[in-house]
Amino acid sequence: MEREEKKRLKIAAADIRKGIMTSTYYARSGHPGGSLSAADILAYLYFHEMNVSPEDPRDPDRDRFVLSKGHAAPALYSALSLKGYFPREDLTTLRHSGSHLQGHPNMRTTPGVDMSTGSLGQGLSTAAGMAEGAKLTGRDFRVFALCGDGEMEEGIIWEAVMFAAQYKLDNLCIMVDINGLQIDGRTKDVMNTDPLDQKFEAFGCRVISRNGHELEDLEEAFEFFREGKGTGMPTVLLLSTVKGKGVAYMENEAGWHGKAPNDRQYKIAMMELEAHRAALEVI
Amino acid sequence: MSEVKSKATRVSYGEAVTELAREHNDIVVLDADLSSATKTDIFRKEFPERHIQCGVAEQNMMNVAAGLSTTGLVPFASTFAMFAAGRAFEMVRNTIGYGHLNVKIAATHGGVSVGEDGASHQCCEDFALMRSIPGMTVLCPADDIEAKAMVKAAYEQEGPVYLRFSRAASPLIHDETYTFTIGKGEVLRDGRDAAVIAVGLPVSEALKAAEKLAAEGIQIRVVNMGSLKPVDEELILRCARECGKIVTVEEHTVIGGLGDAVSAVTSAHEPVPVIRLGVQDEFGHSGSAAELLNEFGLTADTIAETVRDMMLEHTAV
Repeated sequence: MEREEKKRLKIAAADIRKGIMTSTYYARSGHPGGSLSAADILAYLYFHEMNVSPEDPRDPDRDRFVLSKGHAAPALYSALSLKGYFPREDLTTLRHSGSHLQGHPNMRTTPGVDMSTGSLGQGLSTAAGMAEGAKLTGRDFRVFALCGDGEMEEGIIWEAVMFAAQYKLDNLCIMVDINGLQIDGRTKDVMNTDPLDQKFEAFGCRVISRNGHELEDLEEAFEFFREGKGTGMPTVLLLSTVKGKGVAYMENEAGWHGKAPNDRQYKIAMMELEAHRAALEVI
Repeated sequence: MSEVKSKATRVSYGEAVTELAREHNDIVVLDADLSSATKTDIFRKEFPERHIQCGVAEQNMMNVAAGLSTTGLVPFASTFAMFAAGRAFEMVRNTIGYGHLNVKIAATHGGVSVGEDGASHQCCEDFALMRSIPGMTVLCPADDIEAKAMVKAAYEQEGPVYLRFSRAASPLIHDETYTFTIGKGEVLRDGRDAAVIAVGLPVSEALKAAEKLAAEGIQIRVVNMGSLKPVDEELILRCARECGKIVTVEEHTVIGGLGDAVSAVTSAHEPVPVIRLGVQDEFGHSGSAAELLNEFGLTADTIAETVRDMMLEHTAV
């Protein structure tokens, strides 16, 4: 990847993180931790990988994105507004009555949202349906579904994975944002989902494990997905992340799963993110 | 009297969706390892490439249907009512309903007439569950002709539709001239002493009850309310005004089904006595369809007896 492209993506990720903090701060609620862990993945998808355009959000040939971990809506909204689907100022209306930015993604109100999600596990099976729809209608688009590692505890995830393998959905990219934490604590303690690589492989998927914050890692992971075209196997990207990534006091703290920053915490977070972004500009 | 023709509406569904698919290549059918029972094996034989076997995983099937619908296809997701409305309720509510997606849910084996399989498979709650979802259309046919008309109407209507079909055979009460419109009920026989509003299998029993009562000088109106949501409010109010007494009959719990839909309309605008026949807050059990329909009071005899009781109670002597 070119240096300039890397810089562009890192700045996009920083801006996505700022939008996450601003929207949850103004909402006085929401899920910053799991949104911040997904910021680099979303930056890579929306600004490098996916064939999508805000000018034609319903283009039948566009790539699809399903946020199966729907509580990370602040990250998706921040990415979509940055991409130009709706004004950046809308982020301050997150979770407010009358806003198109619902607490969890609503495809009927927010431009660029391909599927309503929020109830864990459901997004992945709708993504499998979209991928099968692409095959049946003879279209070449790809479907990207972002799940959480806690979400792997839902039974429907494995129903969907069986379906994806059965129907040879090599146009389906299943991403797991593995931040290791869920509401009640460490995923290992709440309900261990490891070893995910062996589970997905046993279910008939191609699997790659990479870091979900490093651009080189993401590049390799998505290249691995592209190489899977024609194999008849769905691809799984196991992406290790840090919950709360980019805001020091939130990192690796399960308590920041579903809590908004107060005035002081918001200012501290924005100072840190601004400083990080400014440093990127001068690289 | 010539022999009455009858057919299970699940067979009508399998035939109708196949016929419709000949004209419309956007139709796909999903199944959860029950295609020989839901009768979508008829479809699969003719259109194997448009039949999507989902295995024993109804929750995933509903969401796969949701995803397919966003690519311009019109999925008919088929399984037993218990698993469509019950097991997969949250998928239907949160994905298909909330997204107002163009998915048709074809639920067979509704009600106690499922018979020998027993309570675990006798879904008597699906009308209530599906009616509670905003924007969901809920339909249940009385016979073969109506079942086929409803499949067509469901296809032509944009948005989610729940269709309930029966395992047991329904006597044919319509002819080929019948037309069905979503949101409209149908007066099958007129009368002014009481109105019997029924849905599904019991509609033919209501007609038999009308024959019995007519011999006694009691003229009842028989209404087929195949569109449970939206329900035909205008027709319900007309029954209330003109007949003064209403009996509802459904192969479903009396909680949240046709009886409650009718009562909600009358109580707000035209209060009249409404007696709700149906499953009275209990589970079914194994037995033949005929035995169970009889036990749960879904027969001409019970309907006629209920009307007589109402006449005695509410008619000034």
